[in-house]
Amino acid sequence: MRKNSTKLILLAILAIISMLFYAFYDIKGGFDYAFPRRMIKISAMVVTGIAISYSTVVFQTITHNRILTPSVMGLDSMYQVVQTIIYFFAGSMSIWVLNRYLNFGIAILAMVLFALVLYRFLFRADKHPIYLLLLIGMILGTLLGSLVSFLQVLIDPVEYLSLQSRLFATFTNVKADLLYISIGILILAFMYGYRIMGKLDVMSLGRENAMNLGVNYDRMVMNILVLSSVLIATSTALVGPITFFGLIVANLSYQYLVTYKHSVLILGASLISIIALVGGQFLVEHILELRTTLSVIINFVGGIYFIYLLLKESRAAG
Amino acid sequence: MIEIKGLTKRFGKKPVVEDVSVKIESGTITSFIGPNGAGKSTLLSMVSRLLNADTGEVLLDQNNVQKWKSNEFARRVSILKQSNYINVRLTVRELIAFGRYPYSKGRLTAEDEKFVDQAIEYMNLSEMEDQFLDELSGGQKQRAFIAMVIAQDTDYILLDEPLNNLDMKHSVQIMKILRGLVDELGKTVVIVLHDINFASVYSDRIVALKDGKLVKNGPTHEIINSDALRDIYDMDIPIQEQNGCRICVYFNSHT
Repeated sequence: MRKNSTKLILLAILAIISMLFYAFYDIKGGFDYAFPRRMIKISAMVVTGIAISYSTVVFQTITHNRILTPSVMGLDSMYQVVQTIIYFFAGSMSIWVLNRYLNFGIAILAMVLFALVLYRFLFRADKHPIYLLLLIGMILGTLLGSLVSFLQVLIDPVEYLSLQSRLFATFTNVKADLLYISIGILILAFMYGYRIMGKLDVMSLGRENAMNLGVNYDRMVMNILVLSSVLIATSTALVGPITFFGLIVANLSYQYLVTYKHSVLILGASLISIIALVGGQFLVEHILELRTTLSVIINFVGGIYFIYLLLKESRAAG
Repeated sequence: MIEIKGLTKRFGKKPVVEDVSVKIESGTITSFIGPNGAGKSTLLSMVSRLLNADTGEVLLDQNNVQKWKSNEFARRVSILKQSNYINVRLTVRELIAFGRYPYSKGRLTAEDEKFVDQAIEYMNLSEMEDQFLDELSGGQKQRAFIAMVIAQDTDYILLDEPLNNLDMKHSVQIMKILRGLVDELGKTVVIVLHDINFASVYSDRIVALKDGKLVKNGPTHEIINSDALRDIYDMDIPIQEQNGCRICVYFNSHT
């Protein structure tokens, strides 16, 4: 355990260094202009990083699978559907778009409802395992994706450009006004998390063992599905969908901190994601001089890592 | 006392357990025996709340098990199922310490540590307590899981084929430990067994199921005889006495 706390401190130091670099590097001239903007971006990256790490780790615990992310249920597609439908029917100048809080609220509500409906109709733990839920979610995700493409073909090209900026992950252009709500949601999520950390540890022993130890497993699965969809919805609404990211950081955390304790794993994954996002964005802005975006790099690195994980898991299973 | 009253469970239309009523006496080892697919594991799962019954009820101390609070129930009744695949890396000791979760919620007190130490000693796991589970053999892993249930310190211990994966030596060792739990600590053990000789030698009572129905229920000596076994297994099984134990010699019997 002591070793793990050293590792966490090391990660924390790295995270702070990357934040300092990002905040102060090459900040000549317009300090008053640049500094607050950089701080907003840093906060957004920290919030997103923590939300994604948290939701991915707990989601992987209830699915007992380390190569899934909550987006496999089709949550990302649900976000795209909501935004596309709003742009299609109401237009980019409507209150549904201009009032960011309203837009944010609807997106979160739709994604959580989607997860709940999936759970309600499909999850009967003693009859079919959670995989049926995921599979149907995946298929629905594809269906929704096609619906999105269909609407986007019909939409006015100018509207489409404005819509597109919502559907791609970007840290360069963070919606600052949503930051405070996101931080609030994150704090609530952690207050809840504090109460269930022990239960999560027990749940990693599997349904039957967890129930034997007095954990109301099926109820917890629902709570965690809702929790992770709220978190994913928050990060998606804040910066856009980043599919692979949660997968990378969660697995790096498992590999680096060999433990079953969720408090350690989630903290580790969050710190790693802050290092990756803030450090990565620093590289993108100052070394690559914005010739690419962070999400491209994340998907590239994430894709390679994903293949590595698949190979590793298949070897472990065989 | 655990009382099973008219329990029925269907998977689809097929009844897996049909109108089974049994009383589990406290302070005994009760074995569930019967052919494959008789519904033994399903029955055990319903007693331990892992599965909900379609009709009927299970009473623990006169109260329906569904009405018990999860945590209280976990301090009274523990269950260990057959397959225990875990995808987290845990040491033997960490796994056993989970048995204390209903009491400590993950923050172990000195008393919890004492129970964990005892369980480790009971199951002969001292040498490997710091090894990871995935480094152990099937039998060692099985013993670690049983140790977790022992650390849970419940009045009722339900075990679903705990002798799977175990060699003769360890099977005997485990049955003796279970006997000790009952005779010395006053626990009640309910166990699903495939080998009727273990049931014959170690249990006080036997409950026999066939096609989801209760066919025999009584003290061991009433069940272990050729007539009763024919009803259960459709086999002619001669019985031989050996040092006061009745051994079923089924290896070359006619079916």
